[in-house]
Amino acid sequence: MAAPLTLVLIVAVTIRAVLFSSSLAEPLMERVEVVSPLNAWKRVVEGLALLDLGASPYSGDVFHETPLIIYLFHFVIDYADIVFMIADGITAVALYLAVQDYNKTVFRKQKYALEADRYPHDCLELIRTPKEMYYIPLKVALFYLLNPFTIFSCVAKSTCGLNNAVIALFILSTIKGSAFLSAVFLALATYQSIYPLTLFAPALLFLLQRLYIPVNFYRPSFWLFTLQYAVMYLGSLCVIVCLSFFLLSSWDFIPSVYGFILSVPDLTPNIGLFWYFFAEMFEHFRFFFICVFQINVFFYTIPLSIKLKEHPVFLIFMQIAIISIFKSYPTVGDISLYMAFLPVWSHLYRFLRNIFLVSCVMLACSALFPVLWHLWIYAGSANSNFYYAITLLFNVGQILLVSDYFYAFLRREHHLTHGLYLKRKDGSEATLVLK
Amino acid sequence: MGLLSDPNRRRALTNLLTRLNTPLCIVCYLAGVAWFMGLAFEPFTLRTYMSENAMGSTMVEERFLAGERALVTAREFAAQKKKMGGMPVDWLVKAMQARGLEVFTQSFSRTLPFPDENKERYMVHGTNVYGILRAPRAPRTEALVLSAPCTPGSSNNQAVGLLLGLAQYFRGQMYWAKDIIFLVNEHDLIGMQAWLEGYHHTNTTGMSWTPLEGRGGSIQAALSLELSSDIITSLDLVLEGLNGQLPNLDLANLFYAFCQKIGVLCTIQGKLQRNDWDSAAGYSQAVQTMLLMVLKQASGRPWGDHGLFLRYHIEAASIRGINSFRQYKTDLTTVGKLLEGMFRKLNNLLERLHQSYFFYLLPSLSRFVSIGYYMPAFGLLAAILLLRALDLWVQLGSPAPGTEDGLVDGEQVRPTPFGPGVLSVLTPLIISHLTGVALYTLPIMAQQTAVEHFPVSETEAVVLTAIAIYTAGLALPHNTHSPCPSVRVLSGEGTEEGWRVLKLIAIFYMAVLLGCTALINFSLGFILALTLVPVAAFITPHVPRVLSALVMVLLSPGSTLLFSIFVYQELQEAPITLLEGWNLFLSVISQGILDHNLYGSLVYPLISLLVYPCWLLLWNILFWK
Repeated sequence: MAAPLTLVLIVAVTIRAVLFSSSLAEPLMERVEVVSPLNAWKRVVEGLALLDLGASPYSGDVFHETPLIIYLFHFVIDYADIVFMIADGITAVALYLAVQDYNKTVFRKQKYALEADRYPHDCLELIRTPKEMYYIPLKVALFYLLNPFTIFSCVAKSTCGLNNAVIALFILSTIKGSAFLSAVFLALATYQSIYPLTLFAPALLFLLQRLYIPVNFYRPSFWLFTLQYAVMYLGSLCVIVCLSFFLLSSWDFIPSVYGFILSVPDLTPNIGLFWYFFAEMFEHFRFFFICVFQINVFFYTIPLSIKLKEHPVFLIFMQIAIISIFKSYPTVGDISLYMAFLPVWSHLYRFLRNIFLVSCVMLACSALFPVLWHLWIYAGSANSNFYYAITLLFNVGQILLVSDYFYAFLRREHHLTHGLYLKRKDGSEATLVLK
Repeated sequence: MGLLSDPNRRRALTNLLTRLNTPLCIVCYLAGVAWFMGLAFEPFTLRTYMSENAMGSTMVEERFLAGERALVTAREFAAQKKKMGGMPVDWLVKAMQARGLEVFTQSFSRTLPFPDENKERYMVHGTNVYGILRAPRAPRTEALVLSAPCTPGSSNNQAVGLLLGLAQYFRGQMYWAKDIIFLVNEHDLIGMQAWLEGYHHTNTTGMSWTPLEGRGGSIQAALSLELSSDIITSLDLVLEGLNGQLPNLDLANLFYAFCQKIGVLCTIQGKLQRNDWDSAAGYSQAVQTMLLMVLKQASGRPWGDHGLFLRYHIEAASIRGINSFRQYKTDLTTVGKLLEGMFRKLNNLLERLHQSYFFYLLPSLSRFVSIGYYMPAFGLLAAILLLRALDLWVQLGSPAPGTEDGLVDGEQVRPTPFGPGVLSVLTPLIISHLTGVALYTLPIMAQQTAVEHFPVSETEAVVLTAIAIYTAGLALPHNTHSPCPSVRVLSGEGTEEGWRVLKLIAIFYMAVLLGCTALINFSLGFILALTLVPVAAFITPHVPRVLSALVMVLLSPGSTLLFSIFVYQELQEAPITLLEGWNLFLSVISQGILDHNLYGSLVYPLISLLVYPCWLLLWNILFWK
């Protein structure tokens, strides 16, 4: 399996290298869909220039990346293209290995369950075969590397690619069962953009499950491990933050990065939901709605963790998707990360209901973004409402996609316990209805 | 959420849509066309009204009286032009300076990619002359432009004369709050392009020009004047700009309001408005006017010198004097008064014109159709594509016989449609796009070779190469399928599923493409949809081949262009014979390529790189083996 992966990597790198040298790279760096105020390469360059001049990179209110990123590029600024390509490669390989391992676990579990005769007999067609699972890791890598969203994001040198790499490494180390590395990468991801904080719950659940520790609040072993993991996480977060402080010897970066993410002062249009609302809103409601919008991102963790506590990897997928939909400065790079997971759930395909609608919406919206932007900004004939309408539709499409997968996943689990052919009490065929 | 989550209702709806698919498609098509034709019917349209407060009333007292003197200037200019054999730059500079303007010149040069046979130019050198009247009443942060092209021959002298006359008169007035720039541009659009690029410090088309030495503020609005006779019978307003962009409707309203006030006959598309909307003749007049606008807008080329201003966010229109055989004549003084009134109103603007509509169609000057009214016509056509896509999706998903009685909620098992067909779909996609790229690049690149080997001029070479590649594309399906049987076996080519997947992709592609086009340039999108959507809807490998191939060729983008030319000529009341039509067709293609290279019109790349490949995909389905 290494050969196809290498081939995919080579193809992906070639495409990126060609695009980097083409005339497409320059306009892509300006696209609001691809770069946000947080991860725009132009801003990183500005921060570097300030750093070289001996000023704080955050002094100009332009640069909002973390200190580690700026020091990374301080050393490799001449090889920035390569760094971004490597980051994409790392993400793909990490996801590949993670999914491979995850699939093995899934298959093993399924085998035990079959041997224990726990599945109803009519569910045999829901059983996953090694044949269909064999290519899934490769498809994941393929989906990530050849997704136009990823390619655009990489060619625009959006630092989102680096964040994705960190999250992918976190997923890999979690699935491999390394609690320490998992905590370190989670801390790094949190340090980069706060929101991955919500991935703490699924990671913990996964590690608990791996160690056969039941989620039971009365068991000391549960609390012990949770404490252990939390300490590792907070400890490494603390170390990273302090390291940043010593690098710049100031706390400037806290308000400039995290304050910027949480209070959303920059209302440049993007594909998210924040900018239009807060551009329209009266100033005295702003604080309240900022809280509502930000809590919205974190809130889903609780119900989802309760519902999906047996399936932490699916929970990770859901969380990443929710973050990329509801975060304050989303870009297409964030979307590409959760889209890479779609092949993992290809066995849910038969239960998906709106996939036709969703794919229509996503396709149309992706094409309409640049068109409406052109009409609004260049031609001056349309206005922000046109663009926001498409943003809204795009996000509705994403939400529909995620909820569809959620529903399909739950339904498959339901069938695996209750049988595929449900009967009503009177013996006629029953249907499941989500209300 | 009932529809999205309740499987029974969903199934009912899906069944209904698949069972009634064909009738629904036909109904949608007819409804779309009917809706479009209904747009010109007066009760369905809105009366135009001035939205901009600053230009609200026409309470301006026009005092311009120097029409006769403008005519004298025009004759002097004509004599100088004849003497110089081109633009009399020195004379113009002196004349403008004598009228108290700050005068500057800009010279430019441009080599066309191939000779323009319509205007007989290849290596273009020219000079723009412009004078700025500085605003006495306000900081000089904003400007208005009045331009008149200096065309070879004896046309348009009166426009320059009136421009100079107005400059002299405006100089004496104290109320100007915006700089007024009087521009005489040579070589019509090329000169205008050079001047605009110079003014805005951009260079988008690779033209060489000398930088401007004097500048006014940011330009708020521009009028371009074209007058070729001493007296006129009516004034025609031209709005269509580059890529079908239109100026704010308030500019048209302003023109109409002043024409009403001063009592000048005004037309749009050269058609006079009729009052009897309820008679067949009145309706037909409105339809013709609207259709002309649609055709002009769809062409994507600037129909007057104003067309390039729109790209820079400047509302602009051309005013064209027409001298026909009507009784009622208007002299230059009246036209001058009209321009004075319009400029005084524009002078009052506090911000850019933005209150009124940017997306509209005009069945007459006093009636308009806004985007909300005309988009449904396109939407109905686009709905056909979605219906067909849904139908195909269901067909693709319909289960193989063995597993049918499978699922609890009766939803059908849908095996992933992107199984074995991927390779077989990828090949036509890539090949048709490569053909598109060839169509886009080769005509200009290969002109030299073509001229050396065939007895044709450069322009003919370009056009004929384009047509040759276009036609060669039709032969492709046979080539992509036969020579590599191994690929066919490997990719599962030739299966029922294969062409369905390809068609699904083609339909999606077309829907997105036409939708985006219609947003930027409604007319182009609508005309393309009118011809391409039926093809996309009915084409399968199982329809009678020869007949369908004929229909497809007749409905291809190239034929659409040919039909449009005949319709356009018919609407202009200048019918042409088939041969003339063909010659016009050739020249229109060369103009389209030139427009793209000179001004950045997007129609040619759109057709060659996207629409034509999309049509080729459908052609591929017809010959699916």
